[in-house]
Amino acid sequence: MTEPQQSALNSNTPVPKKRRTRFLAIREDIPRNLYIALGAGFILLLLVTWQLATGAGLIRPLFLPPPASIVAEGLRQVQEGILWADASASIYRILMGWGFATLFAVPIGILMGNFKFFEGMFEPFIDIVRYMPVVALIPLTILWAGIGDFQKFLILFIGTFFQQVLMVMDNVKSVPISLIKVGQTLGLSRFEILKSIVLPAAMPNIWDTFRITMGWTWTYLVVAELVAANNGLGRRIMDAQRYLATDTIIFGILFIGFLGLVTDYIFKFSGKVLFKWNQGQ
Amino acid sequence: MTTSKIRIENVSQVYEKNGAPFVVLDNFNLDIAQNEFVTVVGTSGCGKSTLLNIVGGLVEPTTGQVFIDGSRISGPGRDRGFVFQSYSLFEWLTVSDNILFALKKTAMGDGEKRELVQHYIESVGLVGFEKAYPKELSGGMRQRVAIARALVYKPAVLLMDEPFGALDSQTRGMMQELLLKVWGEHKTTVLFITHDVDEAIFLSDRVIVMSSRPGRLKQEKRIVIPRPRNYEVMTDSLFIESKKELIGAIREETLKTMGTRS
Repeated sequence: MTEPQQSALNSNTPVPKKRRTRFLAIREDIPRNLYIALGAGFILLLLVTWQLATGAGLIRPLFLPPPASIVAEGLRQVQEGILWADASASIYRILMGWGFATLFAVPIGILMGNFKFFEGMFEPFIDIVRYMPVVALIPLTILWAGIGDFQKFLILFIGTFFQQVLMVMDNVKSVPISLIKVGQTLGLSRFEILKSIVLPAAMPNIWDTFRITMGWTWTYLVVAELVAANNGLGRRIMDAQRYLATDTIIFGILFIGFLGLVTDYIFKFSGKVLFKWNQGQ
Repeated sequence: MTTSKIRIENVSQVYEKNGAPFVVLDNFNLDIAQNEFVTVVGTSGCGKSTLLNIVGGLVEPTTGQVFIDGSRISGPGRDRGFVFQSYSLFEWLTVSDNILFALKKTAMGDGEKRELVQHYIESVGLVGFEKAYPKELSGGMRQRVAIARALVYKPAVLLMDEPFGALDSQTRGMMQELLLKVWGEHKTTVLFITHDVDEAIFLSDRVIVMSSRPGRLKQEKRIVIPRPRNYEVMTDSLFIESKKELIGAIREETLKTMGTRS
């Protein structure tokens, strides 16, 4: 989109015709600032529409309170210390649920991606489980794990692991076979090849899997805190349903969305720092 | 029987394809002497890469055997260095560390290893790029790292599978000269695969033409152009004469594949 440098052209050079706006050219880059402005602008547009619709009394506050009430609700939760207590309880559950899922998904995914033996053994089972609705598993998890935090970890684990392990398997499979052959010709054992070649080669993609699956763990938070929880961001939302506290519900949802966004950026940023070699020129 | 450096004996490779046997290599025999540079050329799909993979121990032949220094191979090993066509560098390691990786199994002090790596970096002309990552390098430079990595642990033989196949023709010419220079410095036995006849003649002591599938040894041509060679030999009458003969042989095979495929 940059204009040609007129000074660099001599008088005989034909001046290129001004091209039509290229904002919508297929797969072409647009200016970075515009790119950011579009994302921010769209959210702003939604907020303005929301404000206008609620301010004009088109929608009753019971169904959708104005943005100002949501902000007020947020401030109240901060002042009363509820927000911090809820958030830390939920973040702890997310980290445990996701952490355990990851702890199992990475080694099992690596085995499945490299040995047909393990792929053949585990994949049919995983494919069955990952289509099971996690909500429907709540009664069983309570029966097995009680009503403490462990039951929440279990729900988050089930919601995360079975997707994650297949993604790690695919990440590992995308490592070029020639790298493995190099390891073989250098006389490395199978374990050494997995540890020193396959894992580091697949790590940037696995990191991206971490980012995506943690987003999914967040989406299971409300499910995990649906039953027998007395704190947590999801619990707060479920409680608010009883009192028709729409502002609490909406604030809770937005706050979970915000934490998800922060998590996402942490992974993206740390990925860039950790895998500098992957950036090329 | 004199011991050859590489001895390929009655090697056949047969796959099962839709219930019918599919012969890739048919009773292939080849002896390569110590420090000889031998290139195998052939049409695509003639089994030349399969042959190299068998010598490398990455593929087990259906019948036949391969000997290195008179002992029969079973699987890949550090007596055979391998250079692949592409995507074979460890992108998370710098140029030095890529080469150093090959010394993992070598009993040698760290300082000594570093010295050796530096020596090979100089040999392939990558001084100043020791700390660069593969993604920052051009295709030609990447293959130079791959060559250094395959030579640094001093394998008995070097196997090269179309190592310059993905490079543009100018870079390829430079790489061929570089390879001859490096080979001159660290004399070793080379088995090289390509479909480029010029490349084969320029590099080799002997060029083997493979028949189209099933792969058999069709023709053998000793290249008597004196060494050291540089790009000027490509207009030499000996070069032209060899090229004529080899191109004729390959053309016959190409026509066969086109006949059977249409």
